Amino acid sequence: MISVHVKAKHFADTQVLRDVRFSVEPGEVLAIVGPSGIGKSTLLRIIAGLDQSFSGAISAPSKLGMVFQEPNLLPWRRVLANLTLMHPGIPEVDIRAMLERVGLSGKADLWPRQLSLGQQRRLALARAFLGAPGLLILDEPFTSLDRQTRDDMLALTEGLIREHRPATLLVTHDRAESDRLATRICELRGAPATLHPLASAL
Amino acid sequence: MTPKPLITLVSVGGFIAVWMVLASLVADPQILPTPGSLVGPFWAELLSGDLTYHLSQTLIRVVLAFAFAMTLGGLIGFSMGRWDHVNRWLDSWLVVLLNLPALVLIVLCYLWIGLNEIAVITAVTLNKIPNVAIMIREGARALSPDMDALAHVFRMSRLARIRHIYLPQLAPFIAGAARAGIAVIWKIVLVVELLGRSNGIGFQIHLYFQLFDVGMVLVYALSFIAVMLCVEWGFLQPWERAVRCWRNP
Repeated sequence: MISVHVKAKHFADTQVLRDVRFSVEPGEVLAIVGPSGIGKSTLLRIIAGLDQSFSGAISAPSKLGMVFQEPNLLPWRRVLANLTLMHPGIPEVDIRAMLERVGLSGKADLWPRQLSLGQQRRLALARAFLGAPGLLILDEPFTSLDRQTRDDMLALTEGLIREHRPATLLVTHDRAESDRLATRICELRGAPATLHPLASAL
Repeated sequence: MTPKPLITLVSVGGFIAVWMVLASLVADPQILPTPGSLVGPFWAELLSGDLTYHLSQTLIRVVLAFAFAMTLGGLIGFSMGRWDHVNRWLDSWLVVLLNLPALVLIVLCYLWIGLNEIAVITAVTLNKIPNVAIMIREGARALSPDMDALAHVFRMSRLARIRHIYLPQLAPFIAGAARAGIAVIWKIVLVVELLGRSNGIGFQIHLYFQLFDVGMVLVYALSFIAVMLCVEWGFLQPWERAVRCWRNP
């Protein structure tokens, strides 16, 4: 289980988050929605340990998987190496199986820039799910995709979450994405932003 | 399209042709001998072993100074680019060293350390460190924060971060510093040898300068240029191509 309590987060003199408190069980997907610039990505960075200048407490599993807004692949390493380098303890056979699971079999020896954006996002998804993360963070993982590719990615993500059952945090602008994937939806709103439950989606 | 090796060949041929025309215009082999008239002295120096001995002495100094300058300059530049407080502490040192004439450093090193190899390597290394540090500092400043986030989230080891995150991003800056470095270092080494060593290309050039033998000055200078071109074509350019291969797969 992940438990988050961010009492306050400031940028210079401006407070952006106030008393954000929630928990997520394994297998549960919490979607956090809200307008641009409200602090969604800041909250995710705090939970991922990328930003430690806040007051509050985070309790999260040590194994973390994250899909960033951009695929964030290593363009100077081949597709297979992009996974093996992030998961040095996982046998190559399992990594190739994950590549096949996300529809990238036969692409292991390509460079990332030889993949389409949809394929790059699939690779980023494979990287996040490898090693069975206890906590999965999805930071607007389907942006810039065409409708068909996005639907395919949503189905793939849904299947992988069902198989691996991590506690999942999804940040998105798109209500259709949160409705499809989330078991709970909360909205960040106000200045400083606070968290408000919207609905139980599933 | 004209193939690249052919262009290089024509270019080198053009240089020799210009030299021959100038030599015929000057018409004084003591001032500017023709390229052909250098073959004999070159061959004689090669057979006597003098040329290879002095070439190897200079090359060893260049390699050592290059290795020290790249390593120390790289570490200093990386630290300055990554951590602002280090930059604040060292920036003024860098400016001072950048503006200190190479000759002053060479003379001071000889005076303080003595006329020995340590002084030579120290003087050349100190001359080159600021340039390397500045180039690598710019590279370190340009490192992608997204890649840092990736390394943090997936808990990459320090060694893996250096090898797979930092070095590939720094490679163009390292290559630039290396190419500029090797070109400047060997010229400084020659000055250092001229001032205080009893072997090396710089010493030989100084010797033949005193004898007013332009031909032998050219034999030694061109021989070393040929060696440095081999380093450029045989090592630096292939290495640069290898680290850039992912850009145009």
